[in-house]
Amino acid sequence: MMAHELWILAIAALTSISCAIVGVLLVLRRMAMLGDAISHSVLLGLVVAFLLTESRSITIMLAGAALTGLATAWLTQVLNQYGKLQEDASMGIIFTLFFAVAVILISLYTGQVDLDQECVLYGEIAFAPFDTIIMGDSDIGPRTFWVLAIVTLLNLMFLWIGYYRLKAMTFNASFAASIGIQVGLWNYALMALVATTTAASFEAVGVILVVALIVIPANTAFLLARSLHGMLIYAIGFGVLSSITGYYLARYFDASISASVAVMAGVFLALVLVAKKAKIRVDRKTVTS
Amino acid sequence: MHSPVIEVHDLNIHYHSKPVLVDVDFQIPEGKTVGIIGPNGAGKSTLMKGMLDLIPTTTGYTQFFGDTLAKKRQAIAYVPQRGEVDWDFPINVYDAVMMGRFGHLPLFKRPTSEDHAIVQKAIKQVNLEKFVDRQISQLSGGQQQRVFLARALAQQASVYLMDEPFVGVDVATEKAIIELFKELKAQGKTIIVVHHDLNTVSDYFDWLLMLNVRLVAEGPTESVFTRDNLQKTYGGRLALLTEVTEKVSRANIEEDE
Repeated sequence: MMAHELWILAIAALTSISCAIVGVLLVLRRMAMLGDAISHSVLLGLVVAFLLTESRSITIMLAGAALTGLATAWLTQVLNQYGKLQEDASMGIIFTLFFAVAVILISLYTGQVDLDQECVLYGEIAFAPFDTIIMGDSDIGPRTFWVLAIVTLLNLMFLWIGYYRLKAMTFNASFAASIGIQVGLWNYALMALVATTTAASFEAVGVILVVALIVIPANTAFLLARSLHGMLIYAIGFGVLSSITGYYLARYFDASISASVAVMAGVFLALVLVAKKAKIRVDRKTVTS
Repeated sequence: MHSPVIEVHDLNIHYHSKPVLVDVDFQIPEGKTVGIIGPNGAGKSTLMKGMLDLIPTTTGYTQFFGDTLAKKRQAIAYVPQRGEVDWDFPINVYDAVMMGRFGHLPLFKRPTSEDHAIVQKAIKQVNLEKFVDRQISQLSGGQQQRVFLARALAQQASVYLMDEPFVGVDVATEKAIIELFKELKAQGKTIIVVHHDLNTVSDYFDWLLMLNVRLVAEGPTESVFTRDNLQKTYGGRLALLTEVTEKVSRANIEEDE
């Protein structure tokens, strides 16, 4: 196996892991589409951060993403509460606005922004291994890999610190608030995490397929899981499995890697659905006979 | 004399600039089983959420044992309406009840053996021992309500605030809840319940708050649960009330005799 191939698989796996973690937390609260919204609006943060600092530093990029994520969540709430617009409408307005402004900025400053619209929409995981970070004299590997490694670590730390609080507020927010959990604060932290996760991921897989990786493995896991940690493990498992099988599917057909990963995620969801239905039928038969 | 369990002072709550609660002011003495009654839209659940700071209030404050909510949080257990949560959440009965201990868990800490003992006891108190490993999605409405109650018991609080615990539960669960009320009352705990079944008010509660945006009446059930107060609280919706008010006046006449 070539190093190139290994890097791509590693990048795809890390993307699936981080997307699965935020995906579970969003799906359980029926907020999956907020992931979609934030993944789009985050683009504005990336472009502005880059234009202001002219730097491609990972920290600045992730900070820009986190701030736009928070701004999206906050403005959605403002439109909803003070403008009295519906919550989903508010969300739709804010994220499309942010995305549109970002697209305009990209086309205005084409020469300066290292992002083209093709890459934003579909990602460039196949080329990710060529964009490496040089530290001192040595090449430490692709930039995308390191961005995703940091974000995966952030996700795991978030779970480690907040597991019980997140569990309580995901199941029953008013109860969680009544026992003193800072539900608002944790919510915004989650939004910032969704933003950094999608920002890091879409360089690899593009803004559309990020949503697939957030929503699909988490839902496959939901069909099987009997606990929150079980659901997290299943989602990560199906995410990684889709990445690996998707990569080889893409190589076989010489097709887009990110699209193949999303298709495989869908295939696993369908398989689990069918298996579950079949099992219910078998159980019923054994009960009646 | 020690301070009341709960003191609500000048509470006003607006939703989109429409008043939901106006000038609500009352005290609740310790050890009472308190019913909050009133028509739909009277602000019963809102009152409970406002007291617990779960929704923004326009003016006013609530004190628990003469102190702020933040300082007395561990003495308070809240049972939200059952319909508020998604019962398809992947969790079993045991772990759901364990959430009652989360308010006592420091960051990074896992539940201790003491927490586990408390959870087991709470599950026993609501007769769910047979269901500890069952997913909450596979329980009946009454069993789900008992999971909520067990979670509140696991909090080992002194004050219990319950939002419509009797809605959609079976007879067995209703009986179990009433038994639980008696048990808690015997331990000197205070129970506050949003309730809508007027037929059971006199049996279940020894203290009443009658609410219709404003507080219409407060005090011991036998003195405030009158035809007059019911009419003031429920307004023109007398048709619904006739039966109950007749019952009440009949009971009053019997007492007079």
